Amino acid sequence: MSALDKLFTFKLGGIHPAEHKELTEGLAIEQMPIPKEVAILLGQHIGVPCEAMVKKGDVVTVGQQIGQVTKGLGTGVHSSCAGKVKAIASAGHPLRIMAPAVIIETDAEAIAPEWDTHEWNDLSPDELLDCIKNAGIVGAGGAGFPVHVKLKPPADARITELVINGSECEPYLTADHRMMLEDADEIIIGIQIMMKILGVKRALVGIENNKPDAIVKMEKAAKGKEGIEICALKTRYPQGGEKQLIEALTGRRVGSGKLPASVGVVVVNTSTAFAVYEAVVLHKPMYERVMTISGKGIKRPANLRVAVGTRISDIVEFLGGMSEDTEKVIMGGPMMGFATSDLSTPVTKTTSGILFLTKDEVDLHEGGPCVRCGWCLNACPMGIEPKEIALYVEAGKAKETEPFGVKDCVECGCCAYVCPSKRPLVQLIRMAKQALRNK
Amino acid sequence: MKSLTVSISPHIRNRESVPKIMWTVVACLMPVLLLSTVLFGGRVLALVAISVASCVAVEVVCQKALKRKITIKDGSAVLTGVLMAYVLPPNVPLYLPIFGAVMAMFIGKQLMGGLGYNIFNPALLARAFLMVSFPVYMTSYWLAPTALSDLGAAGAWIAALNGMPSVLDVDAITSATPLMTMSARGIDALHQTFGQGIGLYGSFFVGYKTGCIGETSGLLLLLGGLFLMWKKYISWHIPVSMLGMIAFLTWMFGGPTLFTGDPLLAILSGGAILGAFFMATDYVTSPANKFAQIVYGMGIGALTVLIRLKGGYPEGVCYAILLMNCIAIALDGWFKRKRFSPEESQETAPKADNVAAKPAKEGAAA
Repeated sequence: MSALDKLFTFKLGGIHPAEHKELTEGLAIEQMPIPKEVAILLGQHIGVPCEAMVKKGDVVTVGQQIGQVTKGLGTGVHSSCAGKVKAIASAGHPLRIMAPAVIIETDAEAIAPEWDTHEWNDLSPDELLDCIKNAGIVGAGGAGFPVHVKLKPPADARITELVINGSECEPYLTADHRMMLEDADEIIIGIQIMMKILGVKRALVGIENNKPDAIVKMEKAAKGKEGIEICALKTRYPQGGEKQLIEALTGRRVGSGKLPASVGVVVVNTSTAFAVYEAVVLHKPMYERVMTISGKGIKRPANLRVAVGTRISDIVEFLGGMSEDTEKVIMGGPMMGFATSDLSTPVTKTTSGILFLTKDEVDLHEGGPCVRCGWCLNACPMGIEPKEIALYVEAGKAKETEPFGVKDCVECGCCAYVCPSKRPLVQLIRMAKQALRNK
Repeated sequence: MKSLTVSISPHIRNRESVPKIMWTVVACLMPVLLLSTVLFGGRVLALVAISVASCVAVEVVCQKALKRKITIKDGSAVLTGVLMAYVLPPNVPLYLPIFGAVMAMFIGKQLMGGLGYNIFNPALLARAFLMVSFPVYMTSYWLAPTALSDLGAAGAWIAALNGMPSVLDVDAITSATPLMTMSARGIDALHQTFGQGIGLYGSFFVGYKTGCIGETSGLLLLLGGLFLMWKKYISWHIPVSMLGMIAFLTWMFGGPTLFTGDPLLAILSGGAILGAFFMATDYVTSPANKFAQIVYGMGIGALTVLIRLKGGYPEGVCYAILLMNCIAIALDGWFKRKRFSPEESQETAPKADNVAAKPAKEGAAA
């Protein structure tokens, strides 16, 4: 029986936008050459940015740690190239606009390092966890949650399943898809490592059924591996939302404000599983990642393995330039990604793609008044009331929006996607969140 | 190089828009106008045209005067114009829609804050206003449909579809609406005119009867309504619960004894189908939550039957919808949709009705 015979999905809301994956899904992952200069941001994870461990003039090697966590949640940052530190300066940040970064002038002569394989079966869970911590792995999904923290849930949480997110539900993006096709065995090893760390007997890998080849490939790789189940998911956005995915695969609902551990689950991405494999088996830190470069605005769409710190402009140059009618450059997917106007912004460990969208691909309509059609209510996967929140914010009553479920909002964008009045609902909900934080 | 646009996600949206919806609804209302023109003559076209033109004109004047953006291209004024004409008897003076348009667009819509902020369906508000201001026109200026024999092929077609002989006694189709006939003289009078069974239902369904401009053909309205459902512009909740309630209550109380009423006739006569698919489903004035929509539809159905059977008017759809409009937003607050994580406290939800008002600052919606 194939995994494709049974489709899992979440229950509430959701949408199915045009996928546009055909632009890149058939393209093998390419290695992008190291550019002349990289800007490695010190804050690539949720929480306080790292402190630089190098100073101007220092010579660094590939994989050398250059940033360390000094307080709070976080994980280290590593150099993605060999070269000389040019400056510790601020650079464009996908989320924070400007943030401190280590600017490295790369050494064109340097030879790419070889990473030997190491035996991991004999290592204890704590030793494995240290490997992950030392490699600076953050959740590749977007928020940038340090993975070694994720894999060490609170002592009172009884974890029963590891859920692997291979849904890649955002339109355009095909990086995870390609990785599952090309690195399935490595991903499975990464999953086994995490299962050992968590001490769980069961891992559920969810893959949307618009990637049947990836499902087949992963099933093959998982064959004979105890406890790893490949599950086909219905192609529906936001299938890869943490809470949605957990519901789809286990039937359990994570409560408001709770973490997946509260229902006995830890969720990581397939590309994170691959990074775990690299960290533990190859002792290779997370300094590069696979991302999809797509959209009608880029001359040559591709799936690229890019060094962290590579600037968007270097990628554009490598892929033959961008067209004149490019309207938006987005880091991430079109539903939740961040638009940037600064092409010198470097990619981070959480950049899953860069999209160059032309005028006819993006929506530039000006928002109108709410006509109370209720489409946002039906689309919202969290069952909250986007229209009410937005009306309250517009009326200057942002502080009164909590009862409509503001805090449950995951900013997936389904409400704004369906809104026939083209209202900036996500933006208004964020304003409501801000107001509630400041209350 | 030109600069890039930056905005908050999502960066893509679906292709639906308010203007597209409005114009689609207008298009779905056109077939029945064609039939009414055949049955009642060219003056109904003139009435619809005047109604649409005056609604658009009043909207422009209001928006200019109130210094708002001119939004006539969104089709909502045109739709109101069409719907307002559809609930007029076909023989009313041609100036009547102009009064209606002032009521609908100025008081009913723009003074309430414009599209999205009106509490009452503007077209029905206009009808209610015309009913009290021009009761004679609104209740007796009917036209008997053109004799089938005078319609040539179209007549034969209608007759065939109705399952009635083409020599139906046209003289007997008086210029009172079926509901008026029934209300004044009982169901037997109706049977005398239209016959019983298939002939009666057929002529009502296909549209060979006296009535308001847009009420003639249940069939054509239903096709339009089903198209809107297929496009997912409207859902089944309001039309089904409303028509279901009308059918049920008429069956229960509409006959001489309990459970002897004619539910099918109740749905096919008057403005029930027009109201259910095109008036009650108006986004702005109906609830947005599915559960609330069902309660809302049932409320309209119940009030319609109450007015028809016990009230002073033969038809009650218009007032039933207007009455339910009053509590549409409150219904949304009472019957909420299930949350993903329902265990969180929701009991502190403020009543939804205090946001119905226009935002405090003009232009805050921009």
